[in-house]
Amino acid sequence: MDAHAAHDIRSHVKTYYMIFGALMLLTCITVAVSYFHLPIPMAITVALIVATIKGSLVALFFMHLSDERKLIYYVLALTVVFFIFMMFVPLLTVSDKIPGTTVGTIW
Amino acid sequence: MEIPYTVEVRPDTGLSNGKLGVWLFLASEVMLFAALFSSYILLRVGSVEWPHGSQELSVPLAFFNTVVLISSSVTMVMAWASLKMNDFGKFRMFLGATILLALTFLVVKFFEYEHHLVAGEGPWHNTFYAIYFTITGLHGLHIVGGIIVNSYLWGPGAKMWQTEKERFTNRIEIAGLYWHFVDLVWIFLFPVLYLL
Repeated sequence: MDAHAAHDIRSHVKTYYMIFGALMLLTCITVAVSYFHLPIPMAITVALIVATIKGSLVALFFMHLSDERKLIYYVLALTVVFFIFMMFVPLLTVSDKIPGTTVGTIW
Repeated sequence: MEIPYTVEVRPDTGLSNGKLGVWLFLASEVMLFAALFSSYILLRVGSVEWPHGSQELSVPLAFFNTVVLISSSVTMVMAWASLKMNDFGKFRMFLGATILLALTFLVVKFFEYEHHLVAGEGPWHNTFYAIYFTITGLHGLHIVGGIIVNSYLWGPGAKMWQTEKERFTNRIEIAGLYWHFVDLVWIFLFPVLYLL
């Protein structure tokens, strides 16, 4: 390995430790926010936003997605489309509430 | 017959075959866990009442396991970076640490499961525990799979470093991609199951 490539990796190593610190901080924030006993819709929103930030940091830096070939982006974009579709399937049940009950509401 | 494009990239994809293969596999894994997350939402929407995760499960243990798994992701990427810097000794140390952290995660999970099962709170207890055991059980199996692959690469599989350095480094990168995905899934499981 040439000296230039080794220097590049060393700068990556610094980034990895910074990302580690950020992930720890965000984990603490996730737990701390849960003690505020926010209303459920707000709690779900905050928890998922923090988890998405953490997941993005892992994917972008540890999985090197920030500097990857286009083909992988295309594969992941297609996956995201199907993922979102799958997440919204349960919403179809909202139109199928049982009269006189709370069944069919998420909270 | 020699396996093609293990080190050099394919001209049409711009990737080595192994790397493209693992990303396609991870795409299918996303859909596997998406189906279970979708089931979780459906079960929760369809329930008259749903317990708060923190009242049923141990948040401190799950928080500890989150720290353990995130740490293992860092040691995994450091194992790959060590090979890139031609330092096999550090690679062994970091990959060994990754395996130990993964085992720690499983031990903590074992005690969590044991506590609930002894209290009669198995998957049969209610819908919450059914989906909790299903999703965390599947995730746990992924951890076991990662331990098996990483242990092979730490032990007998590491001989490849003597003869084909770049190919072995690529193997570690690919194993790392899988391992980071397992960490990523837990990052979402932790708040969804334990804190909401």
